[in-house]
Amino acid sequence: MKELYGQNGPKQAHFSPYAFNGGTVLAVAGEDFAVVASDTRLSEGFSIHSREAPKTYKLSEKTVLGSCGFHGDVLTLTKVIGARLKMYEHSHNKKMSTTSIAAMLSTMLYYKRFFPYYVYNIIGGIDDEGKGCVFSFDPVGSYEREAYRAGGSASSMLQPLLDNQIGFKNQEGVAVVPLSKEKAVNLVKDVFISAAERDIYTGDAIIVKVITKDGVTSEQFPLRKD
Amino acid sequence: MEAFDSVHARPAPFWRNGPQPGGLYNFSNNSTTSRNTSESQRSAYPVVTGTSVLGLKFNGGVIIAADMLGSYGSLARFRNISRLNRVNDSTVIGCGGDYADYQFLKSVIEQRVIDEECLDDGFGFTPKSMFSWLTRVLYNRRSKFNPLWNVYVVAGLQDEEPFLGYIDKIGVAYESPSISSGFGSHIALPILREEMEKNPNMNEKDATELIQRCMKLLYYRDARSLNKYQYAVITKAGAKIHGPIVPESNWEIAHLIQGYE
Amino acid sequence: MSSIGTGYDLSASQFSPDGRVFQVEYAQKAVENSGTAIGIRGKDGVVFGVEKLVTSKLYEAGANKRIFNIDRHLGAATAGLLADSRHMVERAREEASNYRSNYGSDIPIRHLVERVSMYVHAHTLYSSLRPFGVGMIVSSYVDNKPELYLIDPSGVSWGYNGCAAGKAKQNAKTEIEKLKMKDMTIRELVKEVAKIIYVVHDEVKDKAFELELSWVGEITGGKHQLVPKDVFIEAEKYAKDSLEESDDSEEEEI
Repeated sequence: MKELYGQNGPKQAHFSPYAFNGGTVLAVAGEDFAVVASDTRLSEGFSIHSREAPKTYKLSEKTVLGSCGFHGDVLTLTKVIGARLKMYEHSHNKKMSTTSIAAMLSTMLYYKRFFPYYVYNIIGGIDDEGKGCVFSFDPVGSYEREAYRAGGSASSMLQPLLDNQIGFKNQEGVAVVPLSKEKAVNLVKDVFISAAERDIYTGDAIIVKVITKDGVTSEQFPLRKD
Repeated sequence: MEAFDSVHARPAPFWRNGPQPGGLYNFSNNSTTSRNTSESQRSAYPVVTGTSVLGLKFNGGVIIAADMLGSYGSLARFRNISRLNRVNDSTVIGCGGDYADYQFLKSVIEQRVIDEECLDDGFGFTPKSMFSWLTRVLYNRRSKFNPLWNVYVVAGLQDEEPFLGYIDKIGVAYESPSISSGFGSHIALPILREEMEKNPNMNEKDATELIQRCMKLLYYRDARSLNKYQYAVITKAGAKIHGPIVPESNWEIAHLIQGYE
Repeated sequence: MSSIGTGYDLSASQFSPDGRVFQVEYAQKAVENSGTAIGIRGKDGVVFGVEKLVTSKLYEAGANKRIFNIDRHLGAATAGLLADSRHMVERAREEASNYRSNYGSDIPIRHLVERVSMYVHAHTLYSSLRPFGVGMIVSSYVDNKPELYLIDPSGVSWGYNGCAAGKAKQNAKTEIEKLKMKDMTIRELVKEVAKIIYVVHDEVKDKAFELELSWVGEITGGKHQLVPKDVFIEAEKYAKDSLEESDDSEEEEI
């Protein structure tokens, strides 16, 4: 038997509870707005499951979550968040604020510290003072408030671009001007087009959600489908 | 003869399964301590398996298909098993992967359908509720490291809208106008997608012919498939399973394919 | 009542000196306070009829049903405490479900009745339990054979050609006995069942009631279900008409 199957005996198909389903999310905070964007491709290995699976989740009129990684966990996490938001609303008679949602998400992720949700989360929205805000998370619940953040499969391509274009990093004698909504949206589109060129897990289309005091608007643009 | 010998052999020597006197214990494989028999090993592989399930939306309905083979590894063990389950008038599910797990879940679903019928309150499974429920069941089982080793394709009609969804053993789930699991996602899905792009408003006849073409193609190319399949069509006229269909095949050009011996 | 004040009626786990269990008898009394339920076994199926007393005009029509499905092939009609009925039905459904899960086929009615009877009987044995205040009639039509059983609060069950539970069970049984049910189809019986419910209804004591009719048999393909609307209307009309006729003839006699 050992000769037939090699040194370690017959091999069993082993079970992995995780998959990587790709996708990139991105959020940018402005003075009184926030932008949350994602692509719409759902992959596994070299196969594309769906070209129409957005990874942005509108949690309230003031908050949008971008969530990608293992799609099974994404579905579960967003479902549980939805239930928690309803429970909060019924017991407190008000919607949960963006900052509270971020804090809650952190505890929800850390609760599963030793069997984590394999999910990259970024929250964009309007905070209690009416200012745009972005919160970024790691899969086990570490989080911080930032001006902009990319997450997921092409995050390492997008982040330096954003550092340069929004954070004005690695530039000399540049005028630091506040980011306008239009500039933010255009920049988001551009960086996703670049990401789709190089990352096989990013493509098909991009969904851009803009959050202002008046609510959430949503736009969709095509990306490379190959 | 060998069995006889082993029964009447000398008593087992001392120090069996242990080091020679004065030697060191060898902790290599076969030691019970190194074998992980914990939860993570439970039911972690499929036994009798079904191959791809195909699904396609068309104008006013959905069609799904699966062949009737239950493979035992590379052995074509069962050649007449159904992998489509008509849940009710508006919902059909198709299944790939471990057949025992499918039969288990099928019996659970059937009892739930009966429970709903008994209440007689006009409610029952819809394609969407079935999809959502299956997603939770499969995800919860994977989270207990005791997965149902299946892929499910849910097809149906809800509020006059066609529904087609996919769920795998770890709870990855999505809806799509064309779906294929397993080997079919490499061989048949690109064809389904291409045809849908050319003709986005397919009628029932076009869709059925396309699916039949793909099932035949899978029989030629998938070594774990069979030229005997069923397909189900769900329209507002109801859900109907057709077949078994046994398409003609032609292997005349097979000898031209070489280089893999 | 002779049982009161003796101290022998406080527990289901104690006999009285003359060998009775009063708690069980009280449970049977509870059944007799309820509107009547009847079941008749014909040659091609079984019909249920229930006189559901409506105690308030504020209830929605069709509320608090007393005819239940236990499985596709099994029906139940109850008389007695409704909450207890529902619990028993729930238990019966579990039995049917477990049987299917173990043996992969529909539970035989005889087996189900035995299991539910045992459960009911168990509630007559312990001081910590209260017996069920329910008379439950169960029916099925399997392999061209109609069957009908009644389970009593004592846990006793018998098979019947016709049976009744509730307020007017004596009158109802007298009426049922007049029928040649063995030669009748359920299509004919459903009208008689409706009529009996109307005949035994006490218009003086209980004003409002809703008629419930269900059947299981050849024409339903072995499924237990409420009688279709047209059949119900026809049966109810037949019941009302024959009541009026008998009223007229009574007046003539006077």
